[in-house]
Amino acid sequence: MNLLFILFFPLLVGAFLLIAQPKHAFIISLSAAILEAIATGFLLYQINETSLAITYMHDWIPEVGIQFSLKADGISGILIGLCALLLPFIIGSTAKTEKADHAQYQGLMLLMQSAMMGAFLAKDAFLFYFFFEASLLPIYFLASKFGGENKSAITFKFLIYTIFGSLFLFIGLIFVYLRTPGTTHSADIETLYLTAHNLSSVTQGYLFLAFFIAFAIKMPIFPFHTWQPDTYTTSPSQGTMLLSGVMLKMGTYGVIRLIIPMFPLGISIWGNTAIVLSIIGVIYGSIIAIQQKDAKRLLAYSSFAHVGLISAGMLTQSFEGLQGALYQMLSHGINVIGLFFVVEIIERRTKTRELAQLGGITQSSYVLTVSFIILSLGSVALPLTNGFIGEFILLKSIFDYSFVLGIVAGITIILGAVYTLRLIQKSMFGNVSRITTEFSKLTLEEKMVLIPLSIFVFLGGIFPNTILHFSEESVLQITQLMK
Amino acid sequence: MSLIYLIPLLPFIGFVVNGLSFPNISKQLAAIIGTIPPLAAFLISIQVFVNFDGTTQILHVAEWIKLGDLQIPFDFQIDALSILMLLVITGVGTLIHIYSIGYMAHDPGFGKFFAFLNLFIFFMLILVLGANFTVLFIGWEGVGLCSYLLIGFWNQKNSYGNAARKAFIMNRIGDLGFLIGIFLLIQDFGSTGYATIFSSIQQGDVPDNLGVIAFCLFVGAMGKSAQIPLFTWLPDAMAGPTPVSALIHAATMVTAGIYMVIRANVIFELSPDILHLVGWIGLSTALLGAIIGLFQNDIKKVLAYSTVSQLGYMFMGLGASAYSASFFHVMTHAFFKALLFLGAGSVIHAMSDEQDIRKMGGLKSKMPITYFTFLLGTLAISGIPPFSGFFSKDEILANLYHHDLLMWSLAILGSACTSFYMFRVFILTFWGEFRGSEKQASHLHESPWSMTIPLIILALFSVAGGLINLPHFAGGNEFLAHWLAPLLPSPESLGEVSFFSLEMGAPLLAAFIPPLLAIFIFSSKKLIPAEDSQIQGIQKLIYQKFYIDELYDLIIVKPINFLSVFFGQVIDFLVIDLFVEGIGKIVQYASTEFKRIQTGNVGYYVFMMVISIAIILFMGLKSWIL
Repeated sequence: MNLLFILFFPLLVGAFLLIAQPKHAFIISLSAAILEAIATGFLLYQINETSLAITYMHDWIPEVGIQFSLKADGISGILIGLCALLLPFIIGSTAKTEKADHAQYQGLMLLMQSAMMGAFLAKDAFLFYFFFEASLLPIYFLASKFGGENKSAITFKFLIYTIFGSLFLFIGLIFVYLRTPGTTHSADIETLYLTAHNLSSVTQGYLFLAFFIAFAIKMPIFPFHTWQPDTYTTSPSQGTMLLSGVMLKMGTYGVIRLIIPMFPLGISIWGNTAIVLSIIGVIYGSIIAIQQKDAKRLLAYSSFAHVGLISAGMLTQSFEGLQGALYQMLSHGINVIGLFFVVEIIERRTKTRELAQLGGITQSSYVLTVSFIILSLGSVALPLTNGFIGEFILLKSIFDYSFVLGIVAGITIILGAVYTLRLIQKSMFGNVSRITTEFSKLTLEEKMVLIPLSIFVFLGGIFPNTILHFSEESVLQITQLMK
Repeated sequence: MSLIYLIPLLPFIGFVVNGLSFPNISKQLAAIIGTIPPLAAFLISIQVFVNFDGTTQILHVAEWIKLGDLQIPFDFQIDALSILMLLVITGVGTLIHIYSIGYMAHDPGFGKFFAFLNLFIFFMLILVLGANFTVLFIGWEGVGLCSYLLIGFWNQKNSYGNAARKAFIMNRIGDLGFLIGIFLLIQDFGSTGYATIFSSIQQGDVPDNLGVIAFCLFVGAMGKSAQIPLFTWLPDAMAGPTPVSALIHAATMVTAGIYMVIRANVIFELSPDILHLVGWIGLSTALLGAIIGLFQNDIKKVLAYSTVSQLGYMFMGLGASAYSASFFHVMTHAFFKALLFLGAGSVIHAMSDEQDIRKMGGLKSKMPITYFTFLLGTLAISGIPPFSGFFSKDEILANLYHHDLLMWSLAILGSACTSFYMFRVFILTFWGEFRGSEKQASHLHESPWSMTIPLIILALFSVAGGLINLPHFAGGNEFLAHWLAPLLPSPESLGEVSFFSLEMGAPLLAAFIPPLLAIFIFSSKKLIPAEDSQIQGIQKLIYQKFYIDELYDLIIVKPINFLSVFFGQVIDFLVIDLFVEGIGKIVQYASTEFKRIQTGNVGYYVFMMVISIAIILFMGLKSWIL
C-alpha cells in the first residue's frame, strides 16, 4: 500500500492545491513533499533490508491485458529516491518568493512529482507510457505560464517535440505488445522482455530506434537536443530543476528499464551509433557551454553534456555502465538543481544572469560562494564528490567498451573544468560590478536548500557503497537478461 | 599505529574548524588552529619514522568503491617512501604555516588562508599515504583544487583568477592521462593497489600495454610537475601569496609527479622507451626553464622558472633510473627552494609588494637575516659544495654521466645557467644601491620573527641537507639510498670518483664560474637589466618566454572559443534546429487535410490530451469499482 501512497499522495495534495487554492500553499506543498520523502525513504529501507522488490498489482483494463501494476526494485528505487529527495528542495527553493503561496504553481509541482513517480514505478508498459506523457502536462503549464522570455513558442516546441518522440515509443510498444502470448495479451514489462527477445534482429533494430528516439529527445541526446537549452533557460527555476533534476531521468530510466533488457539484438546493431552520438553530445555540449553568456544557458548545456555521458555508459550494457549511470543520475540530479538554484539566487538579487554583468559576489556572500564551489566540484567530478564516483565508473565502462571512445569521452573532465571555473570566476570572483555591490546575504530559507545539497555532494563521494549496493542486485538481473 | 590516522586527520580538522569559523574568530586563534595540526602531524611523523622497522604496512581505513569484483578500498601504505614524504610535507608545511602568520598578518582573508593551507596539507598527505593509485588520485586532484583556491586567493584581481584556472585546467589535462592509466591498470590487474600490481609484475605477469600505462601515468606527472608541454601554469601560479608558492609550487605538490614515478618504478623499469622519454622531457624542461630564468626580472618568476628547471633535473634522474638520487633532490630542493621563496616573500613584504628586482638593491644591510639565509639558499641551489644542492644535483649528474653523455653535458649547461640566474637575482636584490622609491625606502625593515625563524631553520637544512644521502667520497654512508633500497631496483654501482675527474670537475666549474660572471656584470660593472620596452632581439624572445603562452592561445584556446560560438550559433541554430523545425513544418503542411480538428491552438491540444487521459483513467476506474 505504501507504493500507492507514494504514487497518489502528491497527486491528491496537488489536485487539492489546484482546486481549492488555499492560502498557505507553500507550507502545504512542502509538508507534502517531506512526508512523501519520508514514506519513500521507508520503502527504500524495506527494499534494502529484504533485497526484494516491492510490487503492487490491480487489474486496470483486463480486456486488453493492461494492468495497474507497480514495482519498486533496486533500479526504480534509486529514481523514486531521487525524485522524493529533490522535491522538498525544489519546493523549498520557492520560499519567500511570490511563487511560494501561489497554489497553482505549488500544485503543478506536486502533480509533476506524482507523474514522475508513476513512470519510475510502473511495471506495465502502458502505465509507464501513460505517466511518461502525463508528466508533460504540469511541466508544460509551469513553463508556459510562469516562464520567461518567449515562453509560449519555446514551451510549445518542447511539448510537440517530446510528444512527437513518444509517438514512436507508443507504436513500438504496441508492436511488441501485440506479439505477447494469450488472447488478451499483456503489457507487463517483463513479459515484453521475453516477447521481444524472440524477434529477429532487424525487427529489434527498428524497435530500438523507435524507443530510443523517444528517450533520446527526453534526455536529450545529440542531435535531438535543440529544444533543451531554450526550455531550460526560459522555464521558471523550479521548472528547470524539475526538468533537469528528475524529468530527464525518465529518458535514461527508460533506456535501462525498456531498451536494454528488451532488444539485445537491436543494440548490437544500433548501440554503437547511439554511444557515439551520446559522446558527441558530451564534447559538443561542453564546448558550447564554454562561451555562454547566460549562466542558466551555460548550465543547460552542461547538463546536456553530463547526460550524454550517462547515456553512453549505460548503452555499453555492462554492469559498470549501468551502475555508473544510476549513480550519476542521482549525483547529477543533486548537483544540477543546486547549481540552478544558485543562478536563481543571483537572479533574484541582481535581476540578471548575464555573466558579463556579474562578479565579486564572494565579497558579499561567502556561503553562496562556498556552496557554489562545492556543487561545481561535484559537477566537475573531483574525487570525494558524488560526481567523481559516477563519472569514474561511467568513463571506465566506456573505456572498457572502446579505448578511443573512452579517451574522447574523458575529455569531458577537462572541458567541464573549463566552463565551470569560468562560470565561478565571472560570477563570484573579480571586482564587484554596479549591480553586485548591494548583494544581500543568503536568507535562512536559501541556506536550508543549499547547505544540505552541498553536504550530499560529499556524502555521495565518500560513501558510494550504500547506493551501489542498493542497485547491484537489480542491475545484475538486467545484465543477465541480456545473455 | 593508530596515531598514523591522526597525521592527515589533524590538518583536516584544522581546515574544518578554520573554514567554518572564518571570519568570526580572531587572527591569533585562527593561526593557532591552523598551525598546531601540521606541527602535531610532523611530531607524529617523526615518531613513525623512528619506529619504522623496514616492513611495508598497509592500513585499511575504510571501504570506498565496491563495484562487483572491483574493490577500491581507502587504504594507507606506510613504507620507506611515504614516511619520508610525510616528514617533508609536515616539516616544511609547519614552517610555512608559521611564516604565514607574519606574512598574512594584515590580510582580511587570514583564517580562510589557513583553512586552505590545512586542506592542502591534508590532500598532500592522502596523496603520499594512499596504498593504491585511486587514493593517490584523490590527493592528486585534491591538491590541485587547493592550488586553484590559493593561486586565486586574492580573487578580486581577474588576472589571478585566470592564473588559478589555467593551473587547474592544465593539471586536468594531465589528470586525464593519469585516469586512463588507472583504467588500464584495472583492466590488466583488476586492482589499483600498489601491492597487487607490483607483485604480479614482479612475478612475471607483464601485460603488453605496460608501456602505455607508464606513458599515461607520466602524462599525469607532466601536468602536476610542470613539465613540457604542460609547464606554463607554474610561472603564472606565482599570483598566489608567496607562502603558497613556497609550499605548493616549490616544495611539495609539484614534486608529486616525481613521487608517483618513483612509486611506480616497477612499471617504469619495464618500459625503457617511456623512461627514455621521461629523461628527455626532463632535460628539455630543465634547459628551457633555466634559459627563461636568465632574463626574468620578477623575483618570483625567476624562482618559478628555476623550479620548473629543477623539476626537470629530477625527471632526468628518473630517466636514468636514479630514483634515490631524484628523491634526494626532491628533499634538498624542498629545503632550499622553500627557503628562497620565503626569502623572496620577506623581501616583497619589506618592499611593499614590489617584485621587480630592477627596483631593489642594497637590501643587505636593511634585512640581514633574509640576506644571509637567501645567500645560503642561493649557494645550495647553485650546487656549490658542501651545501645540500651540490650533493643531490651531483648525484643526478653522476648517474647521467654513466647513462648518456649528451644528456649529461646539456644538464651541466643548465646547471651553469642556474647558478648564473640565481646570483643575478641575489646581487640585484641585496647588493649595490637601493633603486626603489623613497616611500619604499622609508618602509624597509627586517621581517618579524615568525618569518625569520622559518628562514633560519630552512637555511640550516639547505646547508646540511646533503647529510641525508652523503656519498662515500665525502665520508658518508648514503643513508637515503639504503633507506629506499627495498622499494627500488638495485642500482648500478657508479664507482668511486675523484674531485679532479671530468665527471666531478665539470659540474664544479658550472657552479663556480657563472657566479663570478654575475658578480662581474651586476656588481663590478653595476649593470641593471633594461626596461621592458628596451629589451630587444633574442633577449626579448627569452624574456617573453619564447611566446609559448601566446602559441597555446593561438592553437588551442582561440580555436576552442571559436568552435564554441560556431557550434552554439551556427550548427545548433542553423543546421540542427532548422532541420527539426523543417520536419515540424512538413508535418504541419501535411496535416492541413485535418484542418478542422487541427486548430493550432495549444490549449486545444492540451484539452484533447486531458480528455483522452481522462477516458483511459475512467476505463481503469470502472474496472476498479466493479
